[in-house]
Amino acid sequence: MLKIENLHARVEGKEILKGLSLSVNAGEVHAIMGPNGAGKSTLGNVLSGREGYEVTAGTVTYNGIDLLQLSPEARAAAGVFLALQYPVEIPGVNNTYFLRAALNAQRKTRGEKELDSMQFLKLVREKLKVMQISDELLHRAVNEGFSGGEKKRNEIFQMAVLEPQLAILDETDSGLDIDALKQVAQGVNALRSPDRAFLMITHYQRLLDYVVPDFVHVLANGRIVESGDKSLALKLEEHGYAGLGTGAAA
Amino acid sequence: MNPSASTPLVASLLDAPPPASGIAWLDEARRENRAAFAAGGLPGARVEAWKYTALRGLAQRRFAAGDAAAATRDVDAAAFALPGVDGPRLVFVNGVFRADLSTAAALPDGLSLQPLSQALRDDAEPLRFALSRAALVGHVREGGDAFVQVNAASATDGVVLRVAAHARIAAPVQLVFVGAAADAELAWHARNLVELGEGASLELVEHHVGSGEQAQLVTLVGDFVLHEGAQLHHVVLQNAATTTNLIRRSGLRLHARAQMQLHVLELGGALVRHDLQAELVGDGAQLHTRGAFMPHGRQHVDTQLAIRHQALDTTSTSTWRGVASDRARGVFRGAIVVAPGADGSDANLNNKNLLLSPGAEIDTKPELEIYADEVQAAHGATVGQLDERSLFYLRSRGIPLAEARALLTAAFCRAVLDDLPSGALREHLSALLIAQLPA
Repeated sequence: MLKIENLHARVEGKEILKGLSLSVNAGEVHAIMGPNGAGKSTLGNVLSGREGYEVTAGTVTYNGIDLLQLSPEARAAAGVFLALQYPVEIPGVNNTYFLRAALNAQRKTRGEKELDSMQFLKLVREKLKVMQISDELLHRAVNEGFSGGEKKRNEIFQMAVLEPQLAILDETDSGLDIDALKQVAQGVNALRSPDRAFLMITHYQRLLDYVVPDFVHVLANGRIVESGDKSLALKLEEHGYAGLGTGAAA
Repeated sequence: MNPSASTPLVASLLDAPPPASGIAWLDEARRENRAAFAAGGLPGARVEAWKYTALRGLAQRRFAAGDAAAATRDVDAAAFALPGVDGPRLVFVNGVFRADLSTAAALPDGLSLQPLSQALRDDAEPLRFALSRAALVGHVREGGDAFVQVNAASATDGVVLRVAAHARIAAPVQLVFVGAAADAELAWHARNLVELGEGASLELVEHHVGSGEQAQLVTLVGDFVLHEGAQLHHVVLQNAATTTNLIRRSGLRLHARAQMQLHVLELGGALVRHDLQAELVGDGAQLHTRGAFMPHGRQHVDTQLAIRHQALDTTSTSTWRGVASDRARGVFRGAIVVAPGADGSDANLNNKNLLLSPGAEIDTKPELEIYADEVQAAHGATVGQLDERSLFYLRSRGIPLAEARALLTAAFCRAVLDDLPSGALREHLSALLIAQLPA
């Protein structure tokens, strides 16, 4: 589904990704771990098309198309979703209105029929139940005055409604207490399917206790320096990132 | 004599003889104002109140006085239909009252609504005080009143609206000013007098529409007097033709415990100037102004608020948003004075502005002068751009760039329309606002 080859990217003139390669198939959950400054968030931002991230070399192929040529909205319509590390507060824009506008914009781009408000409401109610989110969240402005946990749950809720093929979770676990973490994990697990792939970017092993990955990759200094199964995460937890990427991957 | 007195604009406005009413005191007042305008001319750039609105371009134009064909011009009533606004309506076309387009036959008890031309014919005497220059509500600012003089010298029509004490008028009254396409560049004027008796209440919609390639110069002077405990909800929808130069002056006088809510949407016009001068003269009077100005293309929209708290425990809140795109220019000045003795007053003003294009400009200037005790006052102004993080967030969810910009801009202006009581009108204004945004 996703094939990243030798990706180099710069932010504000500084090279952050230095030859990253990664393959993700449908149905798989990949965890990307690494120390601060390794380039984890840059990867998520480059994949979702954020401005200010300049790709200087390499390719990203998603379902056979060159992902890097697409605008952020076109990537979203093609099924790429980024759960932000810091979801943005948008005062004055109602959460439900926002989500319906997003879903219908995607459907329109894909040539599907837009949902009317009744159909949309029905969909939202189903997803709320699965995510165990109170519908009070729907009536508020997007993320405005939400707690850290509510913001992250709202990201997962958006993902549930938009039903992406490739979900990138950028440090969705950061800043969450254990209860919020469990709720987020439960939401992610509910969305796991043979057609959907996850890229979970995280600093800590903690999230992986609740969302068990098929693959774990260590990102350091702009490259994947080691890959393995979930036991790699446990090893990292024990020994830390120090020493990785120097000889271990070779 | 001011050198600007000799500009083509001034000369053209003085070209036609002043209209004769046959009422001695009115003709005298018109002559006096005409003489004052002839002597003073237009305010120059050195006059503080006109610092950001240069009249150099306008000064070079000529406008013919009035429209001889105004009574028969074809006007599409659909242009001024508003959802939820279905009460009595007075329509003026190029400054002339049009009975055929108006609906003011059966008025509710307590409401008196007449075109000024008719009121002057019926019984001019009660209007004498209001139409004499010195009685105009609001304080006169140095050099700022040239257009008020033009209006006083030239306006032959407008609205005289009175609500009797304790009358509560349910249906909103609509005043429509149409700038209709004509063969020449026209100047026309309107003079409105609105008075609410003790404990009266009214919803009033002032609506400017227009079309046509020819430039117009329009002046509109309105007095609003609210007696004790009166409540006025005033909505101004300014959607004049983009060839219209529209100069408005509103004078507000609020007596004890009177409450006025004002919602202004400035969408149309070429050069638009609105001076709002309010005096809170009675204890506990409240004025709440909300407004959005959205200049695009080469539009220039200037709003000047001057609010004076002159009595105990008076309240004013002012929430204004500016959105400028292309090469448009917005100007906002919010001056609040809490006069000596107006203890316990509460004044709050905020003006936030958004620049959507590199060539757009907005100048904002909040001013606060406090001479009383136990006053709560806050004011703030900002000029910024759409938040890139928010834009990316919306796009990352699939919302196209143009739609994302429109959504964020509409959200930015929301505070202005949020407390509009009529849902139908709020939605309509909100849609107009979004339609105004650049693609």
